[in-house]
Amino acid sequence: MKSRQTTYNRALEIVEDICIGCSHCMKVCPTEALRVSAGKAGIHADWCIDCGECYRVCPTRAIRVMDDDFKQIFNYKYRVLLVPSVFFAQFKDSIPRETIYNIIGELGFTEVCAVEQSVDTLVGEINEYLKTCEKPAISSFCPAVIRLIQVRFPSLVDNIMKLLPPIEITAQYYKRRFEQSGVDEGEYGIFYLTPCIAKIAAVKSPVGGYTSPITGVINMDFFFNKVYLAYKQRVPITTSIIINGELSSIGVLFPSTGGESSNINGRTLAIDGMKNVIDFLELLENEEIPDVDFLEIRACDESCAGGILSHRNRFLTAESLRKYSTKVPEAHNLIDEYKRTCSAVVHMDKIEPRSMVKYDKDIELAIKKMESARRLKTILPGIDCGACGAPSCEALAEDIVRDQANVNSCIFLRTIFEKRGEISLEDTIKIMEDIWGKERFDKSEE
Amino acid sequence: MQFEYKVEGGDFTQAGHASSQIKKSLKQLGVDSSVIKRVVVALYEAEVNIVAHAYRGVIYADIESTGIKLTLEDEGPGIPDVEQAMRKGFSTASHAVREMGFGAGMGLPNISENADNLSIETVVGKGTTLRIEIKF
Repeated sequence: MKSRQTTYNRALEIVEDICIGCSHCMKVCPTEALRVSAGKAGIHADWCIDCGECYRVCPTRAIRVMDDDFKQIFNYKYRVLLVPSVFFAQFKDSIPRETIYNIIGELGFTEVCAVEQSVDTLVGEINEYLKTCEKPAISSFCPAVIRLIQVRFPSLVDNIMKLLPPIEITAQYYKRRFEQSGVDEGEYGIFYLTPCIAKIAAVKSPVGGYTSPITGVINMDFFFNKVYLAYKQRVPITTSIIINGELSSIGVLFPSTGGESSNINGRTLAIDGMKNVIDFLELLENEEIPDVDFLEIRACDESCAGGILSHRNRFLTAESLRKYSTKVPEAHNLIDEYKRTCSAVVHMDKIEPRSMVKYDKDIELAIKKMESARRLKTILPGIDCGACGAPSCEALAEDIVRDQANVNSCIFLRTIFEKRGEISLEDTIKIMEDIWGKERFDKSEE
Repeated sequence: MQFEYKVEGGDFTQAGHASSQIKKSLKQLGVDSSVIKRVVVALYEAEVNIVAHAYRGVIYADIESTGIKLTLEDEGPGIPDVEQAMRKGFSTASHAVREMGFGAGMGLPNISENADNLSIETVVGKGTTLRIEIKF
């Protein structure tokens, strides 16, 4: 077995040496893409949507963000950092934004820009788009939601709005500015400070055949530590940084729940949190929710304030965003220039569904296997304990018919077999060791 | 592959259970999503019809490699005029049912639009059997 496995879009990796096979990740995966075997977490990369729920719960940090190496920024003469509102909301309100900007400059960036600067133009474009599109339009803002729809709700892919999210528009704007001032492409790097695992995946492998102007992504959790350490140590400021902090109150609130839908015309709804999102999409897919124009759907509870790489309590982060939004005007002075030079409308290919082949590509065989799995499910205990290394009894039944697990993996059935004398104690121990690793059953007396 | 679901008249909070379960199975079998959508819409409408109009019913779903056959048998008042019920916008749903957002008519026509074959057998005072066939 390889010592590292990566997720579908390579936003995350599982480092086996650190993984203790605790199964926490397996329990939270919204697509049931994780299993435990030989005491380590293993991933069905095809089923992964790079949402980062597993990263959030990993107690040993064995699941790591595959962000770009920070040092790469120095390959460029002009180093732009696109900073989202939630980054500033990670700090206590008493730390002035100016101080944070200066530290970012001291850490190596030559220019800093607010990600949500493009939101004001985007809102206009969404309202325009809604006049002609298929309803309800699902916002393209949250990349984890887009990927969830591709994998679990393929019939809804055509409802995903074909407009770029704010980060891409802002990146476009700064790229164009460099181009206009005659700077060579190799001389500037546009980096995105991300609170989100799925955004890393979105930049690395965007959907819809679009190429991002973003050079690299910086992990917000990692960068927060760097900035906060510099702040605590009172690192002297020796460099200067160009600040493009223009933001409207709409922009500041955009990444929080309701911040998008409240600016869109018609009947709109805002849904946040993975479980809520799945429940809602089920209803939507059944056509049980008619007459909705626009849906803001975000995978994280409290939207980006609860982002996977946002370390501060989500409610405090959201509160900070609200507070800051009252301090900025309703419009900023770059809006007109954005309107003139940038657009969320790009030629995008159709977003393709990514079907999860559960049983077999051949439907005849798939039906046979599904029937076997249904029979198995009736004899499994139904308590979803996870002791077999699969997240639920249903998942185990599916694994068994796919020949990826054995019926003996179930601790309940195994107890029955043991009672009947059909399986030896040695064998039951061996099965547990195969799933959870030998070391777990080798507690030497201290 | 056979599936069977019981439906209770008046139990709106459970309406949609059968269609959700069938949807899940069809997805796992890799059936085309536009076909799944038609199955779910037709089945959901038919399921809600039992809840809204009948006393109780059973849904049988038979999934084969070529398509799905749905049979919905209910014990209920039956449909006195099938032709009228097939007309868009016609509804006999009670006021209380409409208040809940159900029963705005459209039920049978919508099922018919989504099905490849639809047959209705109904006996006034006894019940209705709907047979829906959708090919993959």
